[in-house]
Amino acid sequence: MRILSLLLTLLACTAQAADYPLDAPAPDGRRAGGTLTQTLPAPALIDEENKDIRRERNYPEQPPTIPHAIRGYQVDKNGNKCLSCHSRAASAKSQAPMVSITHYMDRDGQALAAVSPRRYFCNQCHVPQKDVKPLVENQFRTIDQVLQDAVQNSGQTP
Amino acid sequence: MKRLIELLRSYWGILRRPSVHYSLGFLTLGGFIAGIVFWGGFNTALEATNTEAFCTSCHEMRDNVFAELKDTIHYSNRSGVRATCPDCHVPHQWTDKIARKMQASKEVWGKIFGTINTREKFLEKRRELAEHEWARLKANDSLECRNCHNFNYMDFTRQSPRAKEMHSTALASGQATCIDCHKGIAHQLPDMHGVPGWQ
Repeated sequence: MRILSLLLTLLACTAQAADYPLDAPAPDGRRAGGTLTQTLPAPALIDEENKDIRRERNYPEQPPTIPHAIRGYQVDKNGNKCLSCHSRAASAKSQAPMVSITHYMDRDGQALAAVSPRRYFCNQCHVPQKDVKPLVENQFRTIDQVLQDAVQNSGQTP
Repeated sequence: MKRLIELLRSYWGILRRPSVHYSLGFLTLGGFIAGIVFWGGFNTALEATNTEAFCTSCHEMRDNVFAELKDTIHYSNRSGVRATCPDCHVPHQWTDKIARKMQASKEVWGKIFGTINTREKFLEKRRELAEHEWARLKANDSLECRNCHNFNYMDFTRQSPRAKEMHSTALASGQATCIDCHKGIAHQLPDMHGVPGWQ
């Protein structure tokens, strides 16, 4: 025990001797500025986009994002507020897009009467969006852009 | 029985006889003042039971429904206007309020016998309790919602497209009332199997 404390003191001394910054500046990633020990004020919350206009999908299999606010929508074993509009039965009345047929299948592709339990929790894949500057730069290009570039590079006209 | 009738008859005699010791002025004025005191006292007591502090003085309310309310927009929001328990659960008009208060004597019974004195008991009973509230709001056309949310002053241009669509059709024509769609906005929902509009 004594040896350990001695060792720790020695370590602290060498750290200080090397002028090692104990309160190092934080990496300028998602949390720009400040040091590791500093607590910065949280950025202001921004409302979910609520325009009800369908957004383009970046690739065909992308789960569509939710174009409206979902504050307080209860989705648990007691009930699913999303399905009040998006279920097969409700979509005619609400004019909301019906959840895809794949959601009514078990994993073997067998059709079910109701939404499959593995697809029941909407927010696992579908999320609302906020109009904010991305925290991390993203260089994603859609397949259309990739194909367009490939055609242009090969010198052909599409 | 005979003695009881005899007793009542003697009291009736006293009531019928004109006052001997007290003046008419004292009796009328005294009656008037006593009336104010009794009526004021009754209403004060009634209003005291009509506050959030009173509702949440029982752990059944404080730890279940009130705790759930705190997350919702009726408790915490940008403008700081909020609804308290009686705003939604007690009618504002006097006669309706008294009727509701008489029904609420059942809740005193429940409190005394611990009908929902644990979380488990509460969750088991939640569907029944919720159905009572849904039925009440359905029957009075969501009166307690409309005490604040007046349809005549809704600006559809300030509503989201979905809200506008529903409010200008189903709600405007009276096909639906607030509670038909807005269940579980202030508290969590019970098992919703078999409730219209729910899966």
